[in-house]
Amino acid sequence: MIPARDEALVAALRAGDRDVLARLVRGWSNGMLRLAAAYVDDRAAAEEVVQDAWIAVLEGIDRFQGRAALRTWVFRIVANLARRRAARERRTVPLSALGGADEPPVEPERFVAAGRALAGHWADPPRALTAEERLLAAETRARLLEAIRDLPPGQRAVITLRDVDGWSAEDVCATLELTRANQRVLLHRARSSVRRALAPYLEEGGR
Amino acid sequence: MTLDLTCRELVEFASDYLEQALPARERVRCEQHLVLCTGCARYLDQMRAVVRLAGTLAAEDELGEAGRERLLAALDAWRSRRR
Repeated sequence: MIPARDEALVAALRAGDRDVLARLVRGWSNGMLRLAAAYVDDRAAAEEVVQDAWIAVLEGIDRFQGRAALRTWVFRIVANLARRRAARERRTVPLSALGGADEPPVEPERFVAAGRALAGHWADPPRALTAEERLLAAETRARLLEAIRDLPPGQRAVITLRDVDGWSAEDVCATLELTRANQRVLLHRARSSVRRALAPYLEEGGR
Repeated sequence: MTLDLTCRELVEFASDYLEQALPARERVRCEQHLVLCTGCARYLDQMRAVVRLAGTLAAEDELGEAGRERLLAALDAWRSRRR
């Protein structure tokens, strides 16, 4: 059973409707490229993954059974192709791909040390948010992109789909084949690392 | 500040708190802590800012018109070979 919202799209793709294909390619390819880039460093290679994914979609659409939403199915193809390509191209797995040495969300020295009064509470608390125009400045944006790019692939894929593209947790779990708990852990680590990297740009009087 | 939950613990809950994914007990502990702790309230403000700023990146047209045309041309070529 194909979900009602996908029925017309799937039928059009099966019939080789070029307009519908073009509309989907226009609507989804940036998101697909962002997801591919979570696994594949090289920009041209990520674009090839997107192209290969669309070809796989056209090849496989007759077999699409609608157990997942069409978008989930398409993006799952992207994630699988990108992972396979990354595995092929990477002779040595960088430490970051393994999750790295996990840094805590906040530098430990910013909390009161154990054994003292108020241990575990802020010694050096975060400052208030900076003005909106600085939050939206090109420099902050560049640092944000960099912080996301520095994440291990799994975390990067989750924060990209959840926070950049605004997907639901449920859709992300289905697409990346994660349990709900794993999705939450990856999102927590990703958001925490990005916040930490971005803090000087987020805080009043920072940088 | 309440001593029931430390700030160090709260930052570990921050993302799940925003996700509304915490069990009721932890959620209440976080809420009680946040009422009294400016530092943690600001930490959460920063987390929310990260989520919001990340959302603005979706508007970035990384592929561009040229990239999309390239893609469509490749798919057209693939389709005509297949026919």
